[in-house]
Order: sequence, then structure tokens, then C-alpha cells
Amino acid sequence: MSEITFQLNGSQTTVPVTSPTQTLLDFLRIDKGLCGTKEGCNEGDCGACTVMIADENGTRALNACILFMPQLDGKAVVTVEGLAGPDNTPHPVQAEIVTHHGSQCGFCTPGFVMSMATAHENDAKDFDNQLAGNLCRCTGYAPIIKAAEAAANAPRPEWMADLIAPPSLPSKRASEAVRIAQPSSAAELGQWYLENPEATLIAGATDVGLWITKRMMTLDTVAFLGGIKDMKAIEYDDDGMHIGAGVSVSDFLTAIKPLHPDFGEMLRRFGSTQVRNAATIGGNIANGSPIGDSPPALIALNAKLHLQKGDEQRTIALEDFFISYGKQDRQVGEFVRGITIPKQVDRLKAYKISKRFDQDISALCGCFNIIVNDGKVTDARIAFGGMAATPKRASNVESTLLNAPWNEETVREAMEKFALDFTPLTDMRASAEYRLDTAKNLLLRYFYEDTGVNTRLLSVTP
Amino acid sequence: MSVSKPLAHDTAPLHVNGAARYVDDIPLPANAVHLAFGWSPIARGEFTALDLSQVKAADGVITVLTANDLPGENDTSPSAHDEPLLSTGALHFKGQPIFIVAATSHHAARRAAKLAKIEVNETDPILTIEAALAANSRFEDGPVIWSKGDSDRALAKSKNELSGSLPFGGQEHFYLEGQAAAALPGENGDVLVHSSTQHPTEIQHKVAHALNIPMNAVRVEVRRMGGGFGGKESQGNALAVACAVVATKLNRPAKMRYDRDDDMIITGKRHDGRIDYRVGYDENGLITGLEFEHYIRCGWSQDLSLPVADRAMLHSDNAYHLKDVKITSHRLKTNTQSATAYRGFGGPQGMIGIERVMDEIAFALGIDPLAVRRANFYADAPTKPRQTTPYGMTVEDGIINALVEKLANSAEYDERRKSVAKWNAENPILKRGLALTPVKFGISFTLTHLNQAGALVHVYQDGSIHLNHGGTEMGQGLFQKVAQVAASRFGVDVSNIKITATDTAKVPNTSATAASSGSDLNGMAVQAACDTIKGRIASFLANQFGVKAATVKFANGLVSAGGETMPFAKAAQRAYEARVSLSATGFYKTPKIRWDRVRGQGRPFLYFAYGASISEVLIDRLTGENRILRTDILHDCGTSLNPALDRGQIEGGFVQGAGWVSMEELVWDDKGDLKTHAPSTYKIPACSDRPMVFNVDLWQGENREDTVYRSKAVGEPPFMLGLSVLAALSDAVAACGDGTVYPNLDAPATPEAILRAVTGQENT
Ligand SMILES: Cc1cc2nc3c(=O)[nH]c(=O)nc-3n(C[C@H](O)[C@H](O)[C@H](O)COP(=O)(O)OP(=O)(O)OC[C@H]3O[C@@H](n4cnc5c(N)ncnc54)[C@H](O)[C@@H]3O)c2cc1C
Ligand code: FES
Ligand code: FES
Repeated sequence: MSEITFQLNGSQTTVPVTSPTQTLLDFLRIDKGLCGTKEGCNEGDCGACTVMIADENGTRALNACILFMPQLDGKAVVTVEGLAGPDNTPHPVQAEIVTHHGSQCGFCTPGFVMSMATAHENDAKDFDNQLAGNLCRCTGYAPIIKAAEAAANAPRPEWMADLIAPPSLPSKRASEAVRIAQPSSAAELGQWYLENPEATLIAGATDVGLWITKRMMTLDTVAFLGGIKDMKAIEYDDDGMHIGAGVSVSDFLTAIKPLHPDFGEMLRRFGSTQVRNAATIGGNIANGSPIGDSPPALIALNAKLHLQKGDEQRTIALEDFFISYGKQDRQVGEFVRGITIPKQVDRLKAYKISKRFDQDISALCGCFNIIVNDGKVTDARIAFGGMAATPKRASNVESTLLNAPWNEETVREAMEKFALDFTPLTDMRASAEYRLDTAKNLLLRYFYEDTGVNTRLLSVTP
Repeated sequence: MSVSKPLAHDTAPLHVNGAARYVDDIPLPANAVHLAFGWSPIARGEFTALDLSQVKAADGVITVLTANDLPGENDTSPSAHDEPLLSTGALHFKGQPIFIVAATSHHAARRAAKLAKIEVNETDPILTIEAALAANSRFEDGPVIWSKGDSDRALAKSKNELSGSLPFGGQEHFYLEGQAAAALPGENGDVLVHSSTQHPTEIQHKVAHALNIPMNAVRVEVRRMGGGFGGKESQGNALAVACAVVATKLNRPAKMRYDRDDDMIITGKRHDGRIDYRVGYDENGLITGLEFEHYIRCGWSQDLSLPVADRAMLHSDNAYHLKDVKITSHRLKTNTQSATAYRGFGGPQGMIGIERVMDEIAFALGIDPLAVRRANFYADAPTKPRQTTPYGMTVEDGIINALVEKLANSAEYDERRKSVAKWNAENPILKRGLALTPVKFGISFTLTHLNQAGALVHVYQDGSIHLNHGGTEMGQGLFQKVAQVAASRFGVDVSNIKITATDTAKVPNTSATAASSGSDLNGMAVQAACDTIKGRIASFLANQFGVKAATVKFANGLVSAGGETMPFAKAAQRAYEARVSLSATGFYKTPKIRWDRVRGQGRPFLYFAYGASISEVLIDRLTGENRILRTDILHDCGTSLNPALDRGQIEGGFVQGAGWVSMEELVWDDKGDLKTHAPSTYKIPACSDRPMVFNVDLWQGENREDTVYRSKAVGEPPFMLGLSVLAALSDAVAACGDGTVYPNLDAPATPEAILRAVTGQENT
């Protein structure tokens, strides 16, 4: 691609693509002098840079600091400067923040305004989730939530429809730059990636974004996967659920919740609304991270991974993809096409443990899928993130449980086997001892929960 | 009258549409350069060779400066001249600036700064309290010791005694707007500096020294900060000085803002440390003798550490009357970021010790901690006999008993104590905890000369009013509160007042906006300026109408004199035409205070601000995960200047304080490398971490001292309301055991710390 076209606060904007990794935040603040959108961290964690992005798939809040310009092609972008009505009538969320004293220093406010306005567009009222990605150091949040609640029932301002209308894309564009590809199908990607195997694939950019903003890397040849429709589908058949690699964590959350509610609950705490809206399941697997949250749950569900190279596909067990730290079973020119989760009775519990409940990387993430028949364990798939160099199964624990009676004695015996399966590290998130002790206790939690004891901290009300 | 109305923050309408301008938003001429520091890769040692060739050759780089290139004093310290802008060789912490890159963009400067080849001689860093004590690495010659009565004798005679130790963590300010400054060269060597600072005069002073020019050649302007919390009292000096040096050298505007990681790696944080205690008490929990030993990690330079550590000592009594007490304070020098001012300025560190003591006495006696606290509270005013603090100040304004009584009733403390016990009996995994903690916080700078403020007020001939004072706006609503004061003096609506940026050219020699003093000091100075002008208008009109000046009234936008009533604008117009000066300065200095810091005796504070909070928490004994279920707060703002803004300070302060004692954890490795230098690893409370039920009320009662409209300062005191969360978490941990082992929950009480404490209960 050589240029991109998008709506910016209601006006059609076309800009040449100079660097594939220029962020929307820099474009707004430096190129356009639109300084309302703030930089608080430049890594997706504070939400001060939140903007509203709309396309045919809906309206989403995203972090502009890790959003690359080419990802905007064909979309509508609304920033805090563009949200008020044509005669400067404030959007209801803007008015209510003023009324409820929801801003103090005001630096977080543009981000909150955009998250709240997006929630308003989507009629979403779970404000703790909608705003989990927006940090405020001044207010303590209470007045912001009051403002969000007060705005919730106001009608949608009539000017919003125009603001989020998509741009009209030029039918033909000037010469396409090959080094910045924007394939529209998996087949196209397969072909291009074979020809450019050294290229970087960019899906949601929630990892790659930080390579640029924090590690200060420069990328030359890249493919943006956001336009690949056949990798965005979620389909169901007798084998189970098929999820394209390009499905966002947000969309995956919606789909998985009815089947495996606890997977949904864990993903509710994955990043934040802005991060989940950008992040893809494919990226969460392909990055090979030992602390990614979806792999342990998917492994516990015995998910299969589909890889594609050129037009050839192969399928492996997801757990076999992770070979060692930084090394995956992925060949040159091969990419993640999607996953399949087999149909099964829901016995999954996914426990994400972190210092903070929302938007925190897991210190450890323990996922348990233990099948009990007639009081005996007939199958056990237990996988952890944060406990080893890769997402990994607790095979010694599993084998201790297998065929044993499902009681506390068995559980306590199995707990001792975690030390055989894992030798976790100490880092700033937790010590090795904490990780190991908590891993053991999570099995106990699973058992207690199974026997009806209240273990759900977040479900307790005052 | 505009004072005491719950008006919105003056800038709120601009906050919500992105039009409020912060330093990085100020448009600069196209030839502006952008700066970044290259910093020390080691915590201690020296650099022996510096190869900057790749830095200089990098894209966009215009120039690179090292210590040798500085035109004036190489120092950014607010106190002891021990903080070079750029290292001359010695390296004292990982993150210490060594060189400045000036480039065509922020990113180009950051990228280039990483390309230096720095050869170093590394020495073992001094990181821990133990290491610092062993090396006698400290500020001041030895520990500071203040005492009252005879703690040794009192302890020997006490019926019961216990001792313990509480390590507490530091805290990153995490102002959402990182440090930023910009400098524009003027003619003839002058320079204009925009800085995100709480202390414009300090910036002016440091820039003048760095450039070898008098202060009158430097103008510093601050419209607002995106949060400060103490982190912009001295920590902005380096950026402003770097910008001024480069701007004057290149004769181009220069801007510097820290990327978040640089901000956290370079700048100071709240002091962490440890408090050891030994306490004697009777069967009711009344303290009969007490000794505290404070070990405060100050980092590599002195900065504001001495007054911070002093204030910790000054708050080691919190709201409790202690007869025989000794406080020893060690100010330790370590190879870490230089710890600095942070909301409470040592107060929280002092109070956390005595609150732990209260809880532990209650545990030992098996009685409710609130009963122990009540047994020890200072009496409410009027107090007879006189009660003094450990530093000899008479407590004249006590209200803590009545305040706690009211809060305990409204929050149903006793009933909930029972329901918590019931819940804990029925639930094996999830345990509740409940606690009330009080706050008594001293208001005034302990450095007496800082307790002064100036203001400049103009009334224009159309009746519009221009307001300026030495305070800075960082979100606390100071400008609006002070505008409300001005509007009230003139009897006009606050919309008549134009709030303007803090500017060293308008009001000189200002103190930092700190110590919660902003509205106390600047409100009074503005009041004085307004009254001067008002007095002139009044005597002019009195003359005209042949009445006494005192009978001229300013109210509801009108001025009435004799039988005539006219709009304020008309009065201004007439006064102008009669050649009456409509511009005045105002000045205020806090009365009554005196302080001898060497002896630890005097009246360092004009008054105390009080408050109390009750928190109920829930923990998971299997993982240590936890949350705040409910918090009730009753806080004393005197007669509030603006109850909406004050409530904002209370709620925000509480959540920040709760963060300090729960999830916020700074982690350094054994090389002194800060591992938590971004929000991905350093977690401040997020939206869902606020208490699920959050009841906040203001205590009704005026300040006994003659402050501006009898209000009280509110910036810092509510921070310490967060201590109830630590006490409640500790209470919940205790519910996991049989009552024989005190939980000893460290701060911050992260899930890991809680699980460790729970394990301590189970192993009994
Ligand atoms: C603030 C923040 C919070 C976060 N919180 C969490 C969290 O709670 N839990 C968690 O697990 N993660 C978290 N992450 C990490 C990140 O969001 C996830 O790993 C995410 O799933 C990555 O997906 P992406 O589409 O953004 O990947 P990208 O950044 O686009 O790519 C990541 C990597 O995968 C490669 N890649 C992407 N798609 C493919 C494909 N189809 N085939 C082959 N290679 C591919 C890329 O080349 C790159 O190497 C967080 C990140 C941020 C910034
Ligand atoms: S700047 Fe913090 S999320 Fe983008
Ligand atoms: S208002 Fe200051 S960070 Fe939210």
C-alpha cells in the first residue's frame, strides 16, 4: 500500500504511508497538531490516548499509541476534539464528566471521554470493564463512574452517525508498495509471505506496537493482517468451534462465554477493552509468550492449531506448538491460520492471578479441565502460563489425579506434584515460591469450587 | 457568595474536549529541538570512557552535550547541591543522566540516546537498609532523635510490652502527564521556560544558576500540570535546566519530555523504609511508653529527604496522645533514584507505624482495635489538661473523638464487626476484614520561611478581574478555589474572574505548591490583594457619596454606596476615571508557627486536619487476591471553600493511599535495576479497584484558626485514610488463624505478601 484513507473527525483524510509503523498518536499530535489525545505511557496501558474507531464491524475504543497508521485504512477515527456536536454541543459523556467532577488534572480525561463515548455508542453499561484500560491518578474513579452512569440513558447524539461513517475509498490507488502488504485473504497472505519470509506480520499490534514505541525498532517489510476476512470468522461444526487467527480477543470472548463461561471471565480480565479490541487470538499464540493468557486455557481444552504456508495447511495440538522459550513449531513463511476447540462438556476453570485484577499481565494463569465420572477422575488437562518458559501442562499433577477418587486427599497428593512439573522464576510480578504455592492452591480452589464452597472473590458484594 | 459553592473545576469544560493545554501541547516554532538524556547503565561506580560517536551520527541529532559543555552550575538539587545535571564521572544510580541529546524529534532523541558506548567501573551498589547501615551510608552525621518524657523508664514500668517491625514500600507518583519542560530563548540571553512543575521559582532559580544569569532574566510559566502529587516539586529541575541550556546554546527552542519508562527510571519516588517499634501498654490498650526507629531509604541525593523524614517523625503520633516517646530516624543513602516529595511528605510513613502498633496491641489483648485507638486519642478541644505532641506542640483543635464516633455510627462499625465475624466463621476460603483508622495531619511547611505567598490582582475598567498568585494548578482545583475567594471579596460571580497561568514575572519568590498549603497561603494572599483594591474603590465611592467606606457594600455583582447601587463594572469604571489604582499585590505569611528542627521542639503547624476511614476488605486465603468491599470516610476540611473539589481530593487521596499499601510495588533487582518502570509492571489502582461501596462525607465545623474563610487544607491528609485498607487486610489475614500469631502483614500488601502472612497463620 502507498497511501491510506480514513475519516478523521468527519473529514475524509488521505495520507501517504511513509513509515509503516507511524502511530496514530504521533500522527495526531505531531502531524495534525491535534493535541487533545494524550500520551501517558506509549505502551497501551494507561488509555490516555484512547480514540474511537469505526468500520463495518462496529465501533471500538483503541489505544492510538500502539495503532499503526495503515491499520486505519477505510475506517472512521474520532478523537476528543471531534466528539462534540457541530455547534459545540457537548456529547453527553462530556457534559456529565463536568457535572460530576470527573476530571481533576484532566490529563486522563480525553481518554476516558473516548472510552465512555464508545461505550455509549455500543450501549455498554458494564463501566468497570469498559474503563479498565483508562488509568486516573487523581479522582479515585468514583465521579467518573457516576458520570458514565448519568450519561448512559441520554439518547445517542444525532451527529454521531456522520462521525463514524466510513470514508469512500479510491477505487484504484497509485503504485502499490510491496513492502507494506495488506492482504485480503489467507491465500494472498500465504503467497506474499512465501515471497517475503523475512517480513513481520502485524495483526492487532498490541505486541508489535511496543517493539516500536519501547524497543525503538524499525520495521521495513510488513504485512497488516487486519483486512483478511477469512481469518476473522468463528464457525461451529461437529468437531467444535473454529476460530480464525485474526479474531480479536473481544470477539472471541463473546463467542466462548456461552460454552466455557470461566474462559470468558478470564478473558474479561485480559488487557483492557482497548487492548482486547485490537489483540488477536492468532497474535496471542504466535508470539510464543510464556505468559499469554489464552494458550493455557486453550491447551486445557485440547485445542488444535492450524498453520498455513503458501496454500498448504497442517494441524497440530496447540501444546506442541510451544517448543521452548522463543521457539515455536512454525516454519519460515508459515503463519497461524486458526484454532479449533473440540466440543466438550464444560469443566474448565481459568484462574488468572495478578497484582491487579484488571489489565495486568498474569503472574501465573492456571487452567483446569478435570472430568469426573462416578467420583473418579477420568480425564485431567491442566495447563499453566507464567510457570515455565512456555505455556505448559502439569503432566505429573494430571497423572496423579487420573483414575483417582475425586476427593481432597487426592487433590492434596496431586498438589505436591507441581514441584515436579514446574520450576518457576522470580521476577517483578511474583517470586518463584509464590508462583508454586499458588499453583498448588489453585488446584485446591478448583476442588473446593467443585464442591460448592464459595471461592469467587469477585462475586462477593458488601 | 461564591465561596463554599460546589463549582466544577475551572478547566473541566476544556478537559473534556481536549482543549486544556499541557506543556507538551504548546506549539513551538518549527526549529525547536527535542531532548533526551542518556543515562547510567549501572547503579554505582564511574564511567571511564564515553563514546558518543554513534549518538552524534544518528538520524536527526543536532548536538550532544556532556557535563563539560554546561555554561554554569552543574546542579539540579533543591537542597544540598549534590545533584549534577550531568554526571562528571561518578555514577550513583542506574538512570543517572550522563549526556543530553538534542534532535529534531522526541523519538530521534530517544533512539540516539541508546547508542552511546559507556565504559564503566562498577562497584557493589548500596541498596538495602542493612547495607546502608553497615556502610554508614547516610545523610547527616547520625540518626535524628526526638523525644518526650522518658521512654526507657516508661517502658520498664509498663504492664505489657511488645515489639515489632514493619517494612513499607515506596510509591511511584504516576502523574498521568510525565515530566516535561520547554525553553524559548529570548533576546539578550533571557529565557522563557514552560515547565510542568509545582515550583516555578525553584525552576527559575536553577535555570539562572545553570546559565549564570540573574533570576530576573528567567521567566517561568506554568498553566497546569497533568498531576503532580509531589513528584513535580523538584524532579522537573533537570528537564527545565537541560532545555534552557540547549535553547540558549543553539538559540532555538528546546523541549524535553520523559517517555514513561525514562520518567520512572530517572525520577524519585516516595521514600520506602522500615519502622521498628517497642511499645508498653496497659490492659485497656493505653500506651504507656513507646519507641520508634525509622529507617528511611533516601536514594542517592539529599533532595527533600530531610524534611520528609522529619515529617515522618512529626506524624509518628498520628491522632494519639503519647506521654513517653522516643523517635529515632535514620536517613539512608542508597544507590537508587533519589526519593522525593510525595503527597503526605513522610506523614504516611510516620503514621503507618503507630497504626500498626494500635492493631498489634489490640491483637495481643484480644480486644477490638477501635477500642485501643479510642483509649489513646488526643482529647477533643477544649482540652484540659493541655496535651502536647511528641514535639511539644499543644493540640488545641482536637475533634477526632467526635469525628470517629460519628463515622463509626454512620458506617455501623459495631454491627459490621459482628457480621464480619459471622461471615468468617462460615466461609473457609474468602475472609473479610474490617478496620477504622484516623488521620491527624499537620498543616504548614516545616521550613518556616516557606509559609508565605503572594498574589497579583487587576481589576479592569470593564469590571473584569485578572487573578494571579504563586500557587500552581495540578488538578487539585486550587485556581478555582482561589477564584472563588476573589469573587467573594468583590461580590461578583466567579465567571468575572480570569484565572491565569502561574508566572514568576507576575508573582516572585513563590513557595512550591506543596504541603497542602496551596489554598491556605494563596487564598489569603489573594484575599489581601482584593481587599486592597476593594478598599480603594470603597473609599473613593464613600468620598463621592459622603458616607463611611465601611458602609460601601459589594454583593451580587453590585456595589452600593450611600443610596446608590451600581453594577461592579460601573464602580470599576468610575474608579478608573477618578484615577484610582485598580491593581494590587497581596501577601500572606502564616502566623504563630515556630520550629526548632534540631531539638525537635516547637509549633511547626498552624493547625491539624482530621479525618477517619473505615474499610472492609475481602481476601482469598489461597492466592492472597483481595479487594475493598466498602469504605466510609468522614473528613475535616474546616468550612470547605468548595465541597465538590474537596470531596474529589478525599476520594482520590484515599484510592492513592490504598494503592500505596496494597498493590503498588516497586521492585529493584540486586544490581539496583528498577524492574517496575512502566504501567505494565507497576500497577496503580484501576477503575474496579475503588471500593465497591464508597461513602464520603465532610465533617461540619470551621477551622479554629483564622484561615481563608475558616477552611482547612485538603491535598495530603486524605491520602492517609488509605491506611484503613492495610489494617483491614491484616484483620482478614488474622481471621485465617487461631488468634495466637500476629499477622505482620508487610506493606504493600500484594497478593504475595498476603499469602505469605496467611501461611504464617496456618503454620501455627
Ligand atoms: C496493555 C497491554 C495489556 C496486555 N494484556 C495481556 C493479557 O492480559 N494477557 C495476555 O495474554 N496478553 C496481554 N497482552 C499482550 C498482547 O495483547 C497479546 O499477546 C495479543 O494477543 C497479541 O495479539 P496481536 O494481534 O496484537 O499481535 P501482534 O502484536 O500484531 O503480533 C504479535 C506477534 O505475533 C505475530 N503474529 C500475529 N499474528 C500472526 C499470525 N496469524 N501468524 C503468525 N504470526 C502472527 C506477529 O508477527 C508478532 O510476532 C497485553 C498487551 C498490552 C499492550
Ligand atoms: S499512551 Fe498510554 S495507552 Fe496509549
Ligand atoms: S484527572 Fe488526573 S489522572 Fe485523571
